[in-house]
This record gives sequence, structure tokens and C-alpha cells, in this order.
Amino acid sequence: MNPDAHATREAAYTPYHPAWYRPHMSVFWWLHKGPYAWFVLREMTSVFVAYFAVLLILQLRALAEGPEAHARFLSRLASPGFVVLDTIALFFVVFHAVTWFNLAPTAMVVRLRGARVPDWAIAAANYAAWLVLSLAVAWLLTRG
Amino acid sequence: MGEADVRAVDVDRPRSPHVAARLPPGVRARRPWAPLLWALFSAGGTIAALLYPVHLLFTGLAFPQGWLALPGHDALLGLARHPLSRVYLFVLIAVPLFHWAHRFRYTLYDGLQLKHLARPIAALCYGAAVVGTVLAAYTIWRL
Repeated sequence: MNPDAHATREAAYTPYHPAWYRPHMSVFWWLHKGPYAWFVLREMTSVFVAYFAVLLILQLRALAEGPEAHARFLSRLASPGFVVLDTIALFFVVFHAVTWFNLAPTAMVVRLRGARVPDWAIAAANYAAWLVLSLAVAWLLTRG
Repeated sequence: MGEADVRAVDVDRPRSPHVAARLPPGVRARRPWAPLLWALFSAGGTIAALLYPVHLLFTGLAFPQGWLALPGHDALLGLARHPLSRVYLFVLIAVPLFHWAHRFRYTLYDGLQLKHLARPIAALCYGAAVVGTVLAAYTIWRL
């Protein structure tokens, strides 16, 4: 059969299909440049967010079980392993907060009387809210 | 108009529900869940940024290490049982879980180049967030 006869009908006949050029990329591509590493580090903060959410559920469960269960829970958190883990988690959660607030002006464009609110003002509002809410939570948790 | 004439478009970001509502006839969103999942990611990220550092500092370090005296068990339980506290605790736990699900999903795609496992990864991440949300609701309900 003449291939050209088929090609005129469907216009899809390719005798020599070109091979795709796909360079292999290492799984550790993000270690090659500083900004890439920071990007992946920022993305990894979500793991510690999830860790703390689970920790909160466990604490509430211990709290509901009674004073002994809650005391046991807290003494377990005082063990060296958890202290190291929670210190690392605190670093990552603070890192998440700082990168999140610094990105807020890009994600949230606010207009006031026709003019765009400057980036620094939006970031500053976020940091102020962070401070106020942290103080409020600290006061609620320690006043009893 | 037949199904074949309907053009699928990508609609992301929170502003998309309005965009999706204004889509011309013959056009549908390719991933109708994307705007909701992005909104949950965004809200959860904000909640985690504002409140997780202080909670982690107190729960993970200050109280267990004895830097600060923990309020009595009854006082803490009383505080947690307040209706407003229950709502607060539920939001504090559940919404950041969806932030994690969304971000971790894309971390796995990009970091480990697992694009071909897109569906199972998404199901696993959002599924885990749903399980965590149900556990949180149950735990807070039983306080």
C-alpha cells in the first residue's frame, strides 16, 4: 500500500517518529542551587504543621482522659527525643510563618481609595496580627 | 450541545468560583475542586502561621520543660470545654491539615518526580486530612 495515499486522508502518517529528548533529572535537583534548597525547605514546613496538628489531637485526648493521662502526656513530651523534635518543629513553623507573611503582599492585593496598599504595609499588618494573637494565646494559657 | 463541544479549562485560585460562575456556555472547569482545595490551603497556611508558633512553644517546650507552671488540669479542661474554645480548637487542627495535604502533595510531585502517581498521592494526602478532621471533631466532642 502506498503510504502517501493514507497520509492525504488522515495527515497523521509519520514514518520516522522523532525520539523525545528528555534529559534525566536527579531526585536531588533541589540541592544544586541555594534558592531551590530554600524552596524545598519551605515546602517541608507543612510536614511539621501536620505533626503539630496530630500532637494537638493527642493532647486533647489525654486531657479528656484525666489528670494522670495528661501528666503522662506532658512527661513524655519532656523526654529528650520530643524536645529535639519539638525544637526542630518550632524552627520550621516559625520559618513557615515568616515566609507566609512575606508572601502575603503578593497573594493579597488590597486597594484603598483607588490606590494599592504598599507591600510593606500588608506584611506589617500580618506581623502585627501574629504578635497580638500570640500574646492573646499566651495570656489565655498562663493566666489559670 | 454535545459533550464533545464542551471545552475544559483550568480554573485555580480563590477568585475562581466567580470566574467559574461566569464561564461562557460550552466551557467547564477541568478540576472543579481546585478552587476549594486552594482556599483551604491558603486559610490553613494563615492559621498555622499566626497560631502554631505560640502553641508549639507552650505545648512542646515551655510546659513540659517547666519553664512555666501549667494551669491545673481542671482549669485547662474548663478552658478547652468552652463552646468558643471547641470551635477554635477544631479550626486550629482541621484547616491546617488541609494546608499540609495540599502542599505536601505538590512537594511529592516536584521533589520526588512522582507525577505518574498523581491520583494516589492526592487521594492519600486529602484522605489523611479528612481522617484527621474526623478524629479532631470526635476528640473535641468528647472533651
